[in-house]
Amino acid sequence: MNRDVAIVAFGQTDHLRRSDELSEVEMLMPVLHEVLAATGLRTGDIGFTCSGSSDYLAGRAFSFTMALDGVGAWPPISESHVETDGAWALYEAWVKLQTGDADTALVYAYGKSSPGSVRDVLTRQLDPYYLAPLWPDSVALAALQAQALIDAGATDEQDLAAVAARSRDAAAGNPHAQLRGPVPHGDYLVRPLRTGDCPPIGDGAAAVVLAAGERAGELCGRPAWIRGIDHRIEAHGLGVRDLTDSPSTRLAAERAGAFARPVDTAELHAPFTAQEVVLRGALRLGDDVTVNPSGGALAANPVMAAGLIRLGEAAARIHRGASDRALAHATSGPCLQQNLVAVLEGDPR
Amino acid sequence: MLRAPLVVEFPFTRSLGPVQSAFLTGLRERTVLGVRTTDGKVLVPPVEYDPATADELRDLVEVAPTGTVTTWAWNPGPRRGQPLTKPFAWVLVRLDGADTALLHALDVPGPDAVRTGTRVRIRWAATRTGAITDIACFERDQSSSGVTGRHARPHSGRFAAQEGPVTGIVAQARLDYTYSPGRAQSQYIRALAGHRTVGERCPDCRKVYVPPRGACPTCGVATTEQVEVGPRGTVTTFCIVNIKARNAGNAAIDVPYVYAHIALDSADLALHARIAGIPYDQVRMGLRVEPVWSDDARFPDHYRPTGEPDADYDTYKELL
Repeated sequence: MNRDVAIVAFGQTDHLRRSDELSEVEMLMPVLHEVLAATGLRTGDIGFTCSGSSDYLAGRAFSFTMALDGVGAWPPISESHVETDGAWALYEAWVKLQTGDADTALVYAYGKSSPGSVRDVLTRQLDPYYLAPLWPDSVALAALQAQALIDAGATDEQDLAAVAARSRDAAAGNPHAQLRGPVPHGDYLVRPLRTGDCPPIGDGAAAVVLAAGERAGELCGRPAWIRGIDHRIEAHGLGVRDLTDSPSTRLAAERAGAFARPVDTAELHAPFTAQEVVLRGALRLGDDVTVNPSGGALAANPVMAAGLIRLGEAAARIHRGASDRALAHATSGPCLQQNLVAVLEGDPR
Repeated sequence: MLRAPLVVEFPFTRSLGPVQSAFLTGLRERTVLGVRTTDGKVLVPPVEYDPATADELRDLVEVAPTGTVTTWAWNPGPRRGQPLTKPFAWVLVRLDGADTALLHALDVPGPDAVRTGTRVRIRWAATRTGAITDIACFERDQSSSGVTGRHARPHSGRFAAQEGPVTGIVAQARLDYTYSPGRAQSQYIRALAGHRTVGERCPDCRKVYVPPRGACPTCGVATTEQVEVGPRGTVTTFCIVNIKARNAGNAAIDVPYVYAHIALDSADLALHARIAGIPYDQVRMGLRVEPVWSDDARFPDHYRPTGEPDADYDTYKELL
């Protein structure tokens, strides 16, 4: 029997192309303070702290230990870190709360892509024998997936442009987004993907607070209860997978209970337009579901935080009564290799 | 804002298992090997465990150097390290005899010369070392047809070549960054250029951190109030270095020498630096020191004794 655990607070930075004036901890600290202030908690009240980031992005070794300065880890705190998107840090925190060892958790993630070349940096997560020596950048791999989807008749370039336009239109109402409102669809970056099909490159951070049981109701007017959460991974080799489908997303969604009842909102972590098409199919989302009202990763893609932000955005809609049952999705690895799905619900109004 | 180039380079030496070793040895000998799964599928490139069942796979087969494009993407702007320096198509290619596809580059004049289904063949690199880059790229192949394509044939995985099997690779990686240290550290570095050391005070616990990182690690709040510290300080603890460092910057420093934690006056955190101007075996806890700046340096070259009486232990015991 699972413990009831909810997201009770969410905060994020404005996501910007560059943030040279801020170190990672300087960028992160305001959102940590925001979620603590929203719940009235102090660092010492938090039962477990977990973060997600990657040193490769900014080229700063052990940056996550520096980022801990912003938490105030004294007296010593119970803490962990994942070298991937913060959505997986949230999963670890959820497991920690399930064990009963903690009743509250602080989860945060940050990414500074501006100091390096994120297309090249992400090649270093690939198989070092057969893939990494070819330096296939993240846009190239997403383009191979998009072409496979077009060849399968599941989409075309016009459809993809519409996904991009709808995302940036939605982001017009999101003050934190990097691309808001109409954006030129641009030239081919790697055909069939145009610049408009690709996420903006930028820096940003996000944080959430989790709480279990009655604690959640004390900290939040309308907690976003995590009814189910699961993550699944597929083979790494691109040539082994059917790039037009995402069976790992579907399985994670099944295990999270997403198909038991319809959701009204879905926050999908689809950095490239074609990936939203794949995910909509895998999750069987109908036209009545509001997809990415935040604008999604096409409007702001702070790598390592963008997946956690999907969970936070979905929760925030429940907090403010704009959603009763929402699906949140996060991805990691090339071409949607690994996927996390959570189902969030608010109490009846 | 301060900015500087930062290059991170790391050559990983990686060993190969029996399947990857045979595959990369095969590429060196212009032969493409796959591996057969327990349900009869042929995986190219081969892996040592079945992606679906996790069964150990050792049943090697030889497939053709020709194949069919299963998806493609036109790359108008090749990036450093990629297989071709002129515009090319990324392709997944299912080689004749294989059931899975291999990622590589296709050398064609433009995007109109490639489609899913295009027939291609391997162009071998002139110099081959046992790496995926032994395939220089693919090129179009008008002569072969996948319909009558070859089937996979059993292969021992052994080659007669004098060099013997490939047992490892060195994976080179280089990433270029533009480092910017952020607000607090930029101000610290700027002050150093004027031979001043500037820390920041925590508004909650009032401690002064140097070098400042913008946050109080105890309280988790931003530090903004600047405080000039030093220039004099106290050795809180130290070690004697007996092995000469390899980098050129240390070439002029003779061993043994002393490296110390120094609590600068008014600072609540010790920083570390070399101690000189005193025999190494006379350095002690409580020794009072001051920085020695060389003309063009952006940080003190070392610290030397001031000649003051040693500091009382109680004045620095909290900073150990």
